[in-house]
Amino acid sequence: MSGNVGVEEVKERNKQLISDVLEVYPEKFGKRRAKHLTTFEADKGECAVKSNIKSIPGVMTIRGCAYAGSKGVVWGPIKDMVHISHGPVGCGQYSWAARRNYYIGTTGVDSFVTMQFTSDFQEKDIVFGGDKKLSTIIDEIETLFPLNKGISIQSECPIGLIGDDIEAVSKAKAKQYNKTIVPVRCEGFRGVSQSLGHHIANDSIRDWVFDKLGDKPARFESTPYDVAIIGDYNIGGDAWSSRILLEEMGLRVIAQWSGDGTLAELESTPRAKLNVLHCYRSMSYISRHMEEKYGTPWVEYNFFGPSKIAASLREIASHFDDAIKQGAERVIVKYQALTDAIIAKYLPRLEGKKVMLFVGGLRPRHVIGAYEDLGVEVIGTGYEFGHNDDYQRTAHYVKDGTLIYDDVTGFEFEKFVEKIQPDLVGSGVKEKYIFQKMGVPFRQMHSWDYSGPYHGYDGFAIFARDMDMAINSPVWRMTKTPW
Amino acid sequence: MAQDAEKVIDHFELFRGAEYTGMLANKKRLFEDPVAAEELERVKEWTKSKEYCEKNFARECLTINPAKACQPLGAVFAALGFEGTLPFVHGSQGCVAYYRSHFSRHFKEPTSAVSSSMTEDAAVFGGLNNLIDGMANAYSLYKPKMIAVSTTCMAEVIGDDLNAYIKGAKEKKSIPMDFDVPFAHTPAFVGSHVTGYDNVMKGILEHFWNGKAGTVPKLERQPNGKLNFIGGFDGYTVGNMREIKRLFDLMGVEYTILGDNSDVWDTPGDGKFRMYDGGTTLEDAANAIHANATISMQEFCTEKTLDLIEARGQEVIAFNHPIGVEGTDRFLMEVARLTGKSIPDSIAKERGRLVDAIADSNAHIHGKKFAIYGDPDLTLGLAAFLLELGGEPIHILSTNGGKEWVQKVDALLASSPFGKDCHVYAGKDLWHMRSLLFTEPVDFLIGNTYGKFLERDTKTPLIRIGFPIFDRHHHHRYPVWGYQGGLNVLVKILDRIFEHMDATTNDVAKNDYSFDIIR
Repeated sequence: MSGNVGVEEVKERNKQLISDVLEVYPEKFGKRRAKHLTTFEADKGECAVKSNIKSIPGVMTIRGCAYAGSKGVVWGPIKDMVHISHGPVGCGQYSWAARRNYYIGTTGVDSFVTMQFTSDFQEKDIVFGGDKKLSTIIDEIETLFPLNKGISIQSECPIGLIGDDIEAVSKAKAKQYNKTIVPVRCEGFRGVSQSLGHHIANDSIRDWVFDKLGDKPARFESTPYDVAIIGDYNIGGDAWSSRILLEEMGLRVIAQWSGDGTLAELESTPRAKLNVLHCYRSMSYISRHMEEKYGTPWVEYNFFGPSKIAASLREIASHFDDAIKQGAERVIVKYQALTDAIIAKYLPRLEGKKVMLFVGGLRPRHVIGAYEDLGVEVIGTGYEFGHNDDYQRTAHYVKDGTLIYDDVTGFEFEKFVEKIQPDLVGSGVKEKYIFQKMGVPFRQMHSWDYSGPYHGYDGFAIFARDMDMAINSPVWRMTKTPW
Repeated sequence: MAQDAEKVIDHFELFRGAEYTGMLANKKRLFEDPVAAEELERVKEWTKSKEYCEKNFARECLTINPAKACQPLGAVFAALGFEGTLPFVHGSQGCVAYYRSHFSRHFKEPTSAVSSSMTEDAAVFGGLNNLIDGMANAYSLYKPKMIAVSTTCMAEVIGDDLNAYIKGAKEKKSIPMDFDVPFAHTPAFVGSHVTGYDNVMKGILEHFWNGKAGTVPKLERQPNGKLNFIGGFDGYTVGNMREIKRLFDLMGVEYTILGDNSDVWDTPGDGKFRMYDGGTTLEDAANAIHANATISMQEFCTEKTLDLIEARGQEVIAFNHPIGVEGTDRFLMEVARLTGKSIPDSIAKERGRLVDAIADSNAHIHGKKFAIYGDPDLTLGLAAFLLELGGEPIHILSTNGGKEWVQKVDALLASSPFGKDCHVYAGKDLWHMRSLLFTEPVDFLIGNTYGKFLERDTKTPLIRIGFPIFDRHHHHRYPVWGYQGGLNVLVKILDRIFEHMDATTNDVAKNDYSFDIIR
């Protein structure tokens, strides 16, 4: 997309592409989908799409549900609590250990992240209610896992439909065991995607962790440099390769939310001087709450790729004194040689390549800088469950002529990629094999395709290696028969 | 700094360096409120004890690490076995995202299915509009030949009536009146994924045989001498179906595979995405009523389906995922009996090769103790094979196994001296298995990918056989049925035994005298 003529052509092509896919829908739904598809116009400065509204039925949305947002994203990684998938067996089974939230702990003794605790609802539980069963389950957890620090109850669809009172059970059991027990109303039918599950989970931390703190004494002496990492799920170790930079610049990370996190860290967070927020979409709610209630300011940051890392380190440092500001500069200098070497090695192999993304609520914009650091252009992007404020933020990242698709359907995504033929698609496991069969290189951008970390300077090196490995694999030469 | 552009390291090595281990040790000490080391150690050891095992088995309500999934997963599996068929799951949309991910992680293939995306308003008013609109969209976008409808627990709890809703969708012209929309109610709180498979398979046959929802007359059965074959929910479906077809072709059997997923989960990387590929044609599904008999490879996946088929006059034969010599013998002899075809010498030679391989290798398996877990049929098939090999099953566990399964396993064990020390656990989970592996240890564990947590905790070497297998690639392409399949399973078992042998005899100047080059 060099020069204006090129951009205009791209815009025209996108317009045609959008109209081509919409034509195939029944009229009513073509009109509804039209509001989710657009081309970014730099002079207008916005991604004018509707978002965070119901998926239309039958279209193969890539979205998940509120339970996935609460259990799978926010609560699941808190390692020293037991998270009960409350309802039938499936939800917990399909999300069991699937998200790569790395942690250090003795699983089954003091840590429980990669375990599947379920009430495995049977017909009688639906008919007679599951509160008694839940109560017994909590007793059994206390017997078999005495070192757990608390329990969360992750509601699956039936709970809210059969009128169970999990809050009453939680209160009674919390009193009995003098423990944190958190009922979460994240039934999968609530809201339109994972997103409401994040919000509900955030609120449950507010109501059942913060508001129950009482006069619990602090576990440590505060310092002026205490910060909490909010919204990093430590996928492949992301939070660790982020934390190290914050500590190297002189800050003290007192909590990680929620990758490799603990209940103690959640409880200590109101003591932070600054909350640093990576995934705005999933944890802005609790950040705003802490600002209002405890006066803790928060700042968004982006640790993908050296350009955004350096800008973010400086932004974070701007909330502190000169010692930290110098610390940020020191960290940037420390990693300059590594960054230069990575770019020198991979940019020539990747320059000019074009990528299309479709991820959750943050990465569709957050990773763009990292690609650009390697000379790769993002020509299409969209969110599974972004809101209007995400698309507003996206406008600061994308270039003129970028194709924008909200809650893309399987059909649309396939057609877009088929026509545009990007050099790489970054999305999830449900999409991976579709595009690879089409001969288009692919990387999973939720799980890092079982690699990672991608955050921080250490992560950027891995990101660069992986994108090169995907795009320049010899396999893509062989998809066509030579005869 | 550990990272280096010349040799980029990722999570495997990156976090082992002092800068990270030191950082994480500080995190723990200062902020995590960790359990004291001695207390952690004490509880860890206690979880290995007999006392803990008793408490663990006293559980009445809590399920931990179950080896089963829910009905709609099996529903999607069964639907995908038919030509041009789009599985349509009526209920919350997150469920479908889970099924698709789950299958894609196992097969490393796309899995296409849609949801009616019911939300809170549908919970109150019912999901009729979701189904009507969903049908119209799915039909327009994905151009299926058939849409097979099943349900999530949400739709079941509020009591949506699929039969009436599908009629409504046709009346509203979402889909043509004569379009094939078989359906099955598949509540996640009843049974497991194998039940869902059964319900959908039955639903599809009922649809075609019983007058396609009142649009055509019921089919009258006119026996045509053919044989129907149903595989059941099977993680090895790609390799197994191809192997079964090969064997049938060698025998000259006229057959219909009901539910053939072998192509849709194994499409080529040739520049094209095939949303649909292969599968039982709709015509064959209808004509299957005329077959002389139906064989099911997995009894517990097809209980209701076989009842339906039997009621329409066919002979039905059910196996329990036969693996190995005698299981395959019985299967082939039944095929021969039902079709009047003889088993050719070429298959007898394959048999001989498997027997020969067992003769060559059984010394390494003889007397070894095994724990097995998985679906009811698979555990039966594996146990029977182990008994043939002289292996000794000690624990056999199936979370979705019931009383009938226990009786079958007990009968099998009673048939062999190698089965005398075995215990059978129905409805138990992998946390029960963990206790068993500590209190009554075995030499090897056979199960799916989740068994790796048991391997890590109890140091029992895991032989990966089952579903899902997420952390090894392409195993599903190799059959475990037929004599060739038996050979594959034999090699899987032997490889793990030999690897373990090597790994425990390589301590230099201590035990590496046994680090033999020839085994």
